[in-house]
Amino acid sequence: MSLDAETVKRVARLARLRVEENEIPGLQAELNGILGWVEQLGAVDTEGVEPLAGGNPGGASLPWREDRVTGGGVVEKVLANAPDREGDYFGVPKVVE
Amino acid sequence: MLTELTIVGALKALESGETNAVELAEAHLRAIEALNPRLNAYVTLHAERTLDAARESDARKERGALEGIPLGLKDLFCTEGVRTTAGSKILGDFVPPYESTVTAKLKAAGAVSLGKLNLDEFAMGSTNSSSAHGPTINPWSPGNRKLVPGGSSGASAAAVAARLAPGTMATDTGGSIRQPAAFCGVAGIKPTYGRVSRWGIIAYASSLDQAGPMARTVEDCAILLREMAGHDAKDSTSADVPVPDFAAACGRSVKGMRIGVPAEYRLEGLSPEIARVWDQGLEWLKEAGAQIVPISLPHTKHALATYYIVAPAEASSNLARYDGVRYGLRVAGQGDGLNDLYERSRAAGFGAEVRRRILIGTYVLSAGYYEAYYLKAQKLRALIRRDFEQAWESCDAILTPATPTAAFALDDQPSDPVTMYLNDVFTVTANLAGIPGISVPAGLSAEGLPLGLQILGRPFEEETLFAAGAALERAANFSAKPGMVA
Repeated sequence: MSLDAETVKRVARLARLRVEENEIPGLQAELNGILGWVEQLGAVDTEGVEPLAGGNPGGASLPWREDRVTGGGVVEKVLANAPDREGDYFGVPKVVE
Repeated sequence: MLTELTIVGALKALESGETNAVELAEAHLRAIEALNPRLNAYVTLHAERTLDAARESDARKERGALEGIPLGLKDLFCTEGVRTTAGSKILGDFVPPYESTVTAKLKAAGAVSLGKLNLDEFAMGSTNSSSAHGPTINPWSPGNRKLVPGGSSGASAAAVAARLAPGTMATDTGGSIRQPAAFCGVAGIKPTYGRVSRWGIIAYASSLDQAGPMARTVEDCAILLREMAGHDAKDSTSADVPVPDFAAACGRSVKGMRIGVPAEYRLEGLSPEIARVWDQGLEWLKEAGAQIVPISLPHTKHALATYYIVAPAEASSNLARYDGVRYGLRVAGQGDGLNDLYERSRAAGFGAEVRRRILIGTYVLSAGYYEAYYLKAQKLRALIRRDFEQAWESCDAILTPATPTAAFALDDQPSDPVTMYLNDVFTVTANLAGIPGISVPAGLSAEGLPLGLQILGRPFEEETLFAAGAALERAANFSAKPGMVA
């Protein structure tokens, strides 16, 4: 399948990436090139194959830790790289009218 | 020359009092000052901090396993109080308030950081040229032709080759340690997934990312890996298995070892030089007593396509955190809402390749396409792993070329992303299967550029790789040096 310009815009919106109108044709061609290439996988018979999600060999099970507070109280560290700070909060544009 | 010392050599010289940590650090800082303007390997240097750490090391009574050894760190490892950029504009001013587990362990072992090394943006690339800091140049570049060092850990390999560090920290998601190691004529290992903690390493594709060392000898890699490895409660995927003395394995004989040769890796149109060095490697291992076994890894030809679904999918999710709100670049227009802020900050902060992978990843995970792409790729991934599991029934390790070509010129790069992705054709299977792989310099091309061989092994059997890698190293006796060298 091949992506049309509208789909490229929709995916960019989903990814919260601003894409200018004049960038669409280039991106569309690149993405279609990649998708056309990965479509080869469709030809492989994977009937009954369990999908593999993780990287751990042998599918090692992930351990649980005790449910207790292990950190916190580091407001200054958390805010140290904030592009905009208001008191002990991250500043953002107004979101409610 | 102190910059010529291997890690083993430097540890001996420090032990005997022939040199000290400050002298070693100073020698490397001088070399960096002289060569870095041409190579662009280090993107952040902190000489005072380095020398302070070296002085502390010299004063320390209780000696760590890497006491006084200077190391360069890929700028993907978070370092407390030292800018960490992932090669991206979006993290251009990011100063982590914490230290990655790997770098904390190295520090605890007495190692001294020389600075942070360039990389492809967010470790996405095979040339080190997608970095916001500009490309790193391969020290093997002849005359005025600029060759790429490989990537994404291109500068980690270039720095070791040019003697700007005896060892470096790197990461490998689809070949990012093994391919640049081969391009720069150094050794590098991607350990088994889970061998090394990923905590504090900026994430690209979490189920594939794994940190590993680069150095000029296989044994130096073994020494570094031992200090990096081990279970970490802060990374739930880090394996709770004992860490062996990897260096001891370097002296182990390969007599009786069964070395698999996968038919599918003999690609149509494989460069005769690469084929020759591969055959030579097999001959060397045979002479050392190993047995050569033909094997089949039937799903190899689908590994790259599988990778370019799985990795972008994970990347699109991992990189969602860069939103211009809590840290990193913020770009906002007058009267913009929150969504505009996200979209503008991300568009301004990410480079072309990162944007491309985020879009592909978002698409393959989106409603209606998830099954056709992402789930299908996960099934292929299971088949690729099964190929290896079946191969281990008849062999103990697998020998392949590390890369399909030697290093190429910066301006000869294919403009088509799919052609560029073919660089990882021999390395990407190990990440998908979670198995370890080592790259060892094995010879020179007709042009005088390094060529590398890769050895793959069973999960958590890095010792086999060190034994076979050291055997190859002894036979190859690779002593050529790049043109740009300290």
